Amino acid sequence: MFSLSGKLALVTGASGGIGAAIARQLHVQGATVVLSGTREPALQELADSLGERALIAVANLSDAAEADGLVAKAEEIAGQTLDILVNNAGLTRDTLAIRMKDADWSQVMTVDLESPFRLARAALKGMLRRRSGRIISIASVVGTTGNAGQANYAAAKAGIVGMSKSLAQEAGPRGVTVNVVAPGFIETPMTDVLSDGIREKLVGSIPLGRMGSPNDVASAVTYLASEEAGWVTGTTLHVNGGMAMV
Amino acid sequence: MSDIADKVKKIVVEHLGVEESKVTPDASFIDDLGADSLDTVELVMAFEEAFSVEIPEDAAEKIATVKDAIDYIEKQKAA
Repeated sequence: MFSLSGKLALVTGASGGIGAAIARQLHVQGATVVLSGTREPALQELADSLGERALIAVANLSDAAEADGLVAKAEEIAGQTLDILVNNAGLTRDTLAIRMKDADWSQVMTVDLESPFRLARAALKGMLRRRSGRIISIASVVGTTGNAGQANYAAAKAGIVGMSKSLAQEAGPRGVTVNVVAPGFIETPMTDVLSDGIREKLVGSIPLGRMGSPNDVASAVTYLASEEAGWVTGTTLHVNGGMAMV
Repeated sequence: MSDIADKVKKIVVEHLGVEESKVTPDASFIDDLGADSLDTVELVMAFEEAFSVEIPEDAAEKIATVKDAIDYIEKQKAA
């Protein structure tokens, strides 16, 4: 089940914890993966560890032209058309709204919301013509619940959901699906910095009693990327250990 | 038939997968050639690319037949 043999997948933010796990799982299922991110050494290391069918495409998604051109670049280096787009890249600029600078807001909007749109738009042109494709964007539980200190991030992630539902309606008649995976608290370098006290409190709010792993998120992406998920579109798959049952 | 008309016809045949003989000037993309709304958007984008013209949304909405497309592009090219 869930074979992705022969498919080409582009994963943005592939040098991060969740992105790398996604790339790894898609690769295990047989896909050729193009790993994108800003840190070339980290991407190259991941590509080397995957071996064959792993390519890298360095891109800075805060640059509109680079975001617009990434799908074509991935197709060119892989020598085949794109089947699966995973919008995973994202950044945070956390602070309470009253202290939030314009740049904190706009950087998060550009990378976390605008660049996924640019990538999806570029990917859809070919996918609609070929009448197949998968677009999966990584949002966050805070896009649904909100979170103090993350007005920018929560807004962008909620935006991903609205965007994906709209794209799902546009692309549905061509058999292209567009979905969202919304992780809760995941063990990554981003969450490693939390103090033990905060960590204990967080885990206490999770019915399944642990933080998530990047693989928990990657499994959800793999499912949505598969043929088996062909009748699932416009949905948000929450992967949060039951922390928010929405 | 002009070069533009030939090229438009070719694009329509290619994108909609219809017989060339059906692509008459008066043929409506949706009513006669089986296009859906997404097809018409894709056609407009194909015209834009092929002829290096920009077709704004309000103009695109008025392009319903093969002749509409040819006329619009010819007008743009003449300007």
